[in-house]
Amino acid sequence: MGNSNLEMDRKPALNPKKRVKPSNLLYSQNIAPYFFVFPFLISFVIFFAYPVVSTVIMSFQEVLPGQVTFIGLENYKELWNPTFLKAIRNSMVYTILTLIILIPLPLVLAVFLNSKVMFAKNMFRSITFIPALTSVVVAGIIFRLIFGQQEGALLNSILGSFGIEPIAWLNKASTSMFTLVVLATWKWMGINILYFLAGLQNIPRELYESAEVDGASTWRKFVHITLPLLKPISIYVFTISIYGGLSMFAESYMLYGSNKSPNNIGLTIVGYLYQKGIEQNNLGFGSAVGIVLLLITLIITFIQLKFFGMFKKEEAR
Amino acid sequence: MKQKLLAMLAFILVISVFLAGCSDSTSNDEASEEDGNGTTLELWTFNELHEKYFEYMADLWNEQNPDEPINLKGSTYPYEDAHNKLLVALQSGKGAPDIADIEIGKFANYLKGEPQLVELNDVVDPEREFIVPSRLDVYSKDGKNYGLPFHVGASVIYYNSEIMEQAGFNPDDIKTWDDYKKAGKTVLEKTGIPMTTVDVADPWSFWQQVAQLEGKDDLLKENKELNLTSPEVVKVLKYQQELIEEGIAVPAPGNEHHAEEYYGFMNNGGAASVWMPMWYMGRFVDYMPDLSGKVVIKPMPAWEEGGPRSAGMGGTGTVVTNQSENPELAKKFIAFAKLSKEGNIQLWKQLGFDPPRTDVWDDPALSESNQFTEYFGDDIFATLLEVKEEIEGVNIGEKTPEVMDALRTTILFQALVDMKDPKEALKEAEDQIK
Repeated sequence: MGNSNLEMDRKPALNPKKRVKPSNLLYSQNIAPYFFVFPFLISFVIFFAYPVVSTVIMSFQEVLPGQVTFIGLENYKELWNPTFLKAIRNSMVYTILTLIILIPLPLVLAVFLNSKVMFAKNMFRSITFIPALTSVVVAGIIFRLIFGQQEGALLNSILGSFGIEPIAWLNKASTSMFTLVVLATWKWMGINILYFLAGLQNIPRELYESAEVDGASTWRKFVHITLPLLKPISIYVFTISIYGGLSMFAESYMLYGSNKSPNNIGLTIVGYLYQKGIEQNNLGFGSAVGIVLLLITLIITFIQLKFFGMFKKEEAR
Repeated sequence: MKQKLLAMLAFILVISVFLAGCSDSTSNDEASEEDGNGTTLELWTFNELHEKYFEYMADLWNEQNPDEPINLKGSTYPYEDAHNKLLVALQSGKGAPDIADIEIGKFANYLKGEPQLVELNDVVDPEREFIVPSRLDVYSKDGKNYGLPFHVGASVIYYNSEIMEQAGFNPDDIKTWDDYKKAGKTVLEKTGIPMTTVDVADPWSFWQQVAQLEGKDDLLKENKELNLTSPEVVKVLKYQQELIEEGIAVPAPGNEHHAEEYYGFMNNGGAASVWMPMWYMGRFVDYMPDLSGKVVIKPMPAWEEGGPRSAGMGGTGTVVTNQSENPELAKKFIAFAKLSKEGNIQLWKQLGFDPPRTDVWDDPALSESNQFTEYFGDDIFATLLEVKEEIEGVNIGEKTPEVMDALRTTILFQALVDMKDPKEALKEAEDQIK
């Protein structure tokens, strides 16, 4: 495909006469760009724009098999309830905690893994990446068993040998959030390390060399060279971590074996959407939840990008 | 010429990316039809034991109806997944099986709007007089039956006779819930083992005690309005809270009676008794093998001496979806499996369910020994016949799924683990469901 692309671009420029032929649309330089973005446009319209538009419409409807009625803002009015607020709070707390852990820690680890003095680099890279390949379902079930409430459960039996009473990990808001964050850290650490490693390898070695000549310490090199030059990749990781946090669902679902957790301590926004829309067969209401989630994510991302100065004109680096 | 060809190739490549996603799966279906003969009927359920039962009945059907053979393809999914998958398939009008099991707490979801299920009245009518009516009503809308019941689901209490003997108690002496509490105290003092466990993330323990109350109302009133804050319902939750406060009961390990952690706990003699419906027998036999021969089944204690001692609990309606290509055959098959006299005897033999058809209850086949009598002793059905007239019904309405969700997440956990005032917990849930 790459070859045909090149030739198509070149041909009309070399042979201006041929371009005038109205029948030969294939060689038109005006159409070519549209032609090449066409696949993307199609998939965007079918798999993104259409669902979003129909979700907006459904959020104003009561959707039942064979009976669809417009009910105005009724779904949005019902949204203002303690369970939904709790779901928002859970998702927010989870997102913030994962951001606090899953940005700095992988960054530091990536610097270690990129360092010349580190031994067995490739082995550690693989080990940290393996959890990312595990399915959430498998990981969730294993974590459920590790964090069981009986004395015999793995974690409690380890704590027991230090004389600590068994803890019902999944029954309290704090410990259950802890479990979720541990699961997220274990699972996503490797991916984030990978991103940062890619960023680190793009930093020109000459910068460090000249800093060394000037007598900069390792710490100063990290703060004044590594961190600033990692900014673009950090923004990227930050943004996808926000998405990931706000859209978390499967981890909590698998940890509790269903979407039901005591006092809804594991309920996330997507979990609530699923509960209302699918489990209670109220797709209109579920759509309203989805639209609110979309708005929340948009606002947060907008603020964050503004904060990082992404809307400013690109300055010379 | 060459450029034209390349451009065409590029175009075809792009288009094929989309077409690849649209390829249909007919080739798969054809392959599978070859390994069984007869009309293929697809079945979805959430219980492995149900699937085995239907497979057994399909073999029986094929023996008796060689001219209309069926090839049953069953799949078992986890409880929530089975229901959600089916709901999405019915809502979108694609991908649903011919036959599906829907649990009672979820059934109302499928009756909203125009039910996407096939009306079963024509196969029910010939047998209607023999079936316990309330068991058909819970799966009906506007006089049309959409689901066939598995069982009456009479609730009973299972005692670990070894622990009861150790404490010097005869389960037959426990007549009321007050007696039960007193006995529980003694059991705890003498053996150090809690008398029972209660669900804190599942409705059963609570729903049974509520349904057992005299009168037509339980979690919903007779007119399907919420009834969570009535004094009787609050009293039941208060009773459970007191049991926990005094250590007579503990929240079920894993938070419910269907958790892996619970099976292990109970199997090791973790508690002296548990009240669950008849259909829970299967869980004992399959998941708690060490208790074989040690468990006795008795009617539940009554709230007042002489009060009702059981309630028809839970249940699963088997339905035929409107996407079935052979709805008539599917209907005939599930009627054979669940309404016929033969089917009802097998429901008992295979699954240990108390069959919904009353005229088989005194059939000699029900007193034959099977895996359940081996585990629980010979007088299981005697216990059932004893409470036959005392089985209270339940009210199922459009609010039922939401009430079940509230019981699974907030009400029970708050009252029985966080020790919140039962009335407040129920009130908050009721306000939110409204």
